[in-house]
Amino acid sequence: MSDTHQHSIAFVRDTMLPEAPPPAMETGIVKWMRENLFSGVSNSILTLAALAAVYYLLAGFLPWFLNGIWDAPSLRACREILQGDVGGCFAVLTERWNQLLFGFKYPSEEYWRPTLAFVLLFAAAAPIMFPNHVPRKLLIFSGLYPFLAYWLIWGGSILSPVFALLGFVTGYIVWNRLVKQSFAAGFFGAIIAALITWWIGGMIVEATVSDNTLLAAVPSRDMGGFMLNMILGTVCVSLSIPFGIALALGRQSDMPIIKWICVLFIEFIRGVPLITLLFVANVVLAYFLPPGTTFDLILRVIIMITMFASAYIAEVIRGGLAALPKGQYEAADSLGLDYPQAMRLIILPQALKISIPGIVNVAVGLFKDTTLVSVISMFDLVGMIRGPILASTEWNGVYWELLGFAALLFFVVCYGISQYSQWLERQLQTDHR
Amino acid sequence: MTTLSDPPRESFRLSMLINDTRYRSYTFQFIALLAVIALFAYLGSNLMQNLRDAGLNISYEFLGEPSGYDINQTLIEYDSRSSHWRASVAGILNTLLVAFLGCITATVLGVVVGVLRLSKNWLVRKLMAGYVEAFRNVPVLIWIIIIFTVMTAVLPAPSAFRGDDPARTMFLDAVAFTNRGVYVPKPVWLEGSGIVVGVFIASVIGMFAYRRYATKLLYDTGKLLPMGWPSLVILIVPTLLIFFILGRPIALDYPALKGFNFQGGIQIRGSLIALWFALAIYTGAFIAENVRAGILAVSKGQTEAAASLGLRPGRIMNLVILPQALRVIIPPVISQYLNLTKNSSLAIAVGYMDITGTLGGITLNQTGRAIETVLLLMLFYLAISLAISGVMNVYNNSVKLKER
Amino acid sequence: MKKSVFLGALTVAGIAAGAAAAGTLDDVKARGTLNCGVTTGLVGFAAPDANGEWEGFDVGVCRAVAAAVLGDGSAVEFVPTTGKTRFTALASGEIDMLARNTTWTFSRDVDLKFEFTGINYYDGQGFIVPKALGVSSAKELSGATICIQTGTTTELNLADYFRANNMDYEPVPIETNAEGQQQYLAGACDVYTTDRSGLAATRAAFENPGDHVILPETISKEPLGPLVRHGDNEWGDVVRWTLNALIAAEEYGVTSANIADMASAPGDKPEVNRLLGTEGNLGEMLGLDADWAVRAISVGGNYGELFEKNIGENTPIGLSRGLNAQWTDGGLLYSPPFR
Repeated sequence: MSDTHQHSIAFVRDTMLPEAPPPAMETGIVKWMRENLFSGVSNSILTLAALAAVYYLLAGFLPWFLNGIWDAPSLRACREILQGDVGGCFAVLTERWNQLLFGFKYPSEEYWRPTLAFVLLFAAAAPIMFPNHVPRKLLIFSGLYPFLAYWLIWGGSILSPVFALLGFVTGYIVWNRLVKQSFAAGFFGAIIAALITWWIGGMIVEATVSDNTLLAAVPSRDMGGFMLNMILGTVCVSLSIPFGIALALGRQSDMPIIKWICVLFIEFIRGVPLITLLFVANVVLAYFLPPGTTFDLILRVIIMITMFASAYIAEVIRGGLAALPKGQYEAADSLGLDYPQAMRLIILPQALKISIPGIVNVAVGLFKDTTLVSVISMFDLVGMIRGPILASTEWNGVYWELLGFAALLFFVVCYGISQYSQWLERQLQTDHR
Repeated sequence: MTTLSDPPRESFRLSMLINDTRYRSYTFQFIALLAVIALFAYLGSNLMQNLRDAGLNISYEFLGEPSGYDINQTLIEYDSRSSHWRASVAGILNTLLVAFLGCITATVLGVVVGVLRLSKNWLVRKLMAGYVEAFRNVPVLIWIIIIFTVMTAVLPAPSAFRGDDPARTMFLDAVAFTNRGVYVPKPVWLEGSGIVVGVFIASVIGMFAYRRYATKLLYDTGKLLPMGWPSLVILIVPTLLIFFILGRPIALDYPALKGFNFQGGIQIRGSLIALWFALAIYTGAFIAENVRAGILAVSKGQTEAAASLGLRPGRIMNLVILPQALRVIIPPVISQYLNLTKNSSLAIAVGYMDITGTLGGITLNQTGRAIETVLLLMLFYLAISLAISGVMNVYNNSVKLKER
Repeated sequence: MKKSVFLGALTVAGIAAGAAAAGTLDDVKARGTLNCGVTTGLVGFAAPDANGEWEGFDVGVCRAVAAAVLGDGSAVEFVPTTGKTRFTALASGEIDMLARNTTWTFSRDVDLKFEFTGINYYDGQGFIVPKALGVSSAKELSGATICIQTGTTTELNLADYFRANNMDYEPVPIETNAEGQQQYLAGACDVYTTDRSGLAATRAAFENPGDHVILPETISKEPLGPLVRHGDNEWGDVVRWTLNALIAAEEYGVTSANIADMASAPGDKPEVNRLLGTEGNLGEMLGLDADWAVRAISVGGNYGELFEKNIGENTPIGLSRGLNAQWTDGGLLYSPPFR
């Protein structure tokens, strides 16, 4: 064969051709662009349209942003510096920075307290958010954090948070003692023990109240700015999780009356807008309290938002409970566990794990909804902008800078949380496979 | 409870109520019911006490009294002599209007963006992701205010259209974009316009009949009739013909600058546009995520199977993916509609006179009847929510049934 | 935070419930601060300055009452209220008095059960328009778009006025004065209407106040004054007579500058002596001490001084006294005698 071959063909290549580079159309950025941006007529049109959109956005935004004035006492001064050029007047942010963050009434020499509480929030949240990466011992700090943060932000006698904590501790001890006999005894015993501690503590605090405390007391009415959004968001979310669990269990319960109470509550709250609940907190709730009682507006709002959030969280957790295979319930029953044990040891740990992304979504939504309190004349971040700052003679007419700043602040926080939620979802997924 | 007439073994009976699972649930329910009743009784007695102290009462008579205020946008006849009740109805209709417009726009936007987020085009994909993230992570109140500020501070005032050499001119001489809203021509129904409308409705029916027939023919015989251009012809040509034969019975009333404002035409107010767009864009971002998740939930095998049958990509989407994805998409989208309707109560921030603005706003202020108005307000939203979720659940069930 | 907030609430509720039986005057004394409802921000009347200190004409009345009752003009907790929340806040006891340019009307007094304790500013509703519009009378406003604050009497007056004059208009409801300003300046409405004092205050905040005119028509009577809850007459008297003391002090020539001298020893004017507590026991009758009026007047000056400092002709707001001059100067301010 090879012989004939040699004779019939004049030339045979006996070495490999050197590797030629791939055609320019098929490599690197050009290939990427061909495949991703210009793979067809409609695709190319889309790309061009998108490019035009990006160009217009940037052409409008960049000069305004880069030309911005960061140091001026008023809008008029800003305009004088700009001399008719396009440019933002970001001086309002530097000038009113503290007001935007803390409201206009929080004493300025105490700003370090909410700041410290904010920083510590990360330390407290870390062991809960990253249980596998942070030592479990830090959970103790997470437990202490609410009381510490309360003391830092509101100030006043250190005894009130201490007694509040003591109430929980005694409740826990009593619960630990009694739970071996019966769950109900432990549960109600703990509540009674905690209430007694708080009652005694309340009297002691009142008796020892004095003006020269370590941290000066700041009334809730003085909270404002982004701090108020943060306080409302964190407090209401953390309070609403236990309530949400209780409501979800109640809704899944076999006991018809308890089930219907929970269903009515959840559906009622989910059926009305948050703003009407805030109206209730603001203009109606006072009529339903004992005569002469005056509640802090911030406390009334916390109660209402907590009710609102717990209804939504209850629905998320109900989804988690429903998603568990029935075998889990039956397995718990067959082990002879009673209802509290089965829930505590078998069902809830799994159901909550499934519900975490949903809960985080509710939390993000709730945090965004805290801006609604500006409608009932509370000076949160949006309220500060729409109220005192835009009404002032100096900054009357600075909308974009302020609104953009508010949007950016919320975006950073909410985007961060939702990225965390997605990360967590991935973590949980790998656990299951 | 039922064993009250069982005196000798009292201690045993009591412990049985807690420890015996047969009776325990009755105990718990009884306690819960008692607690709820006690709570309501406590709140009710406080309310009575407070009202008595303040010399007030609960009465809905104010609803029949003249409201005394004007509403700029009403879908029903209303003036300042009308009753508070009529003002509330006007507000309800405004709420429904913005919710309806918002839901439609949000759906269209959400579906388009959701599909584009899965596009092969990198730039478009990233741009859409940017849109979704930007709107999902910023409070809707801020978006409403931002869009409203765009409407009032960026668009020109009507006076800019004034004079011989105005700073702004009307778009196509028919539409004026001002910071008081957008003015568009209004159709004027002259004699014979009924016939034109009748013909148009008939051609719509005819178009659908044709499409049904074409589909049936395709399924029965495999013969493919063209769909696009014939339906267009059926839709447009007869109406146009009759329109010109009858001598143009439908005219347009163009807005024109007279006095302080544009007169004539239809004014779509800035507050409505701001609220409508903000709600639609915000909710659209959420719907886009639902649509994307729904499409991703359809297994890739379905796409590949359809492709191996020789379907074009557009048809794969329309005939294979979307019908299946719809079952996943619809339930969350229903709750987005509900959210949009509830968020429309933020109209108060832009002065759009919805139910929160009339009944929960001005009526509450003028009459001071806080409890009554807030209660009515909540009942209204509750009714709306239940109605929407009811209707949508029925639809949802009908979609689900086909699965089996 | 968690439950400790509730703990705080419980103790607060306990204190409040315990004190509920007593009158507002005793409440305020026991609490040590006066809760005073003000607007969320109207320059000249009540607005927080850059440092968060409230200042303005209405604020001055609050401070005077606080000084009279508690001896400290800064012992005031200012509660910002909107048109919607102001009456509930007062009715529910969240605030002790409301000094928020609130118009005294029959239904507010009788139906809503409030007690107006006097008038600190005689106002009337007016219109502001850009000069460029060339309007010189409210009668020419037919067809105009008008910005109006919701939840105020001005809304009703406006409807009545246009109805009576057979004109039509388009209302643009707004929630706060700042919003009204923004919309009006952007041209989203041709006219902004509110109390004339408010118009002046708003115009003062404009970049070019000269480009805008306030039309001559006053379409309503708007007597603005502080109010308290119905039924607590002792407290009502304290607020009423503190306001009267400020007005009377101007009439008698008592100012924050000379009050220390005049109060040190009885002078030759018996009326002044009674007012300043150097003669008689008026303070005791009110449930306060003899120096109550001295403190009320010294904290911000008499009525005239408050007016000049906050809204008078030398301030950016630039209101003239007009109806708010003393009766001796042809105005309507007329304090009942102190005897």
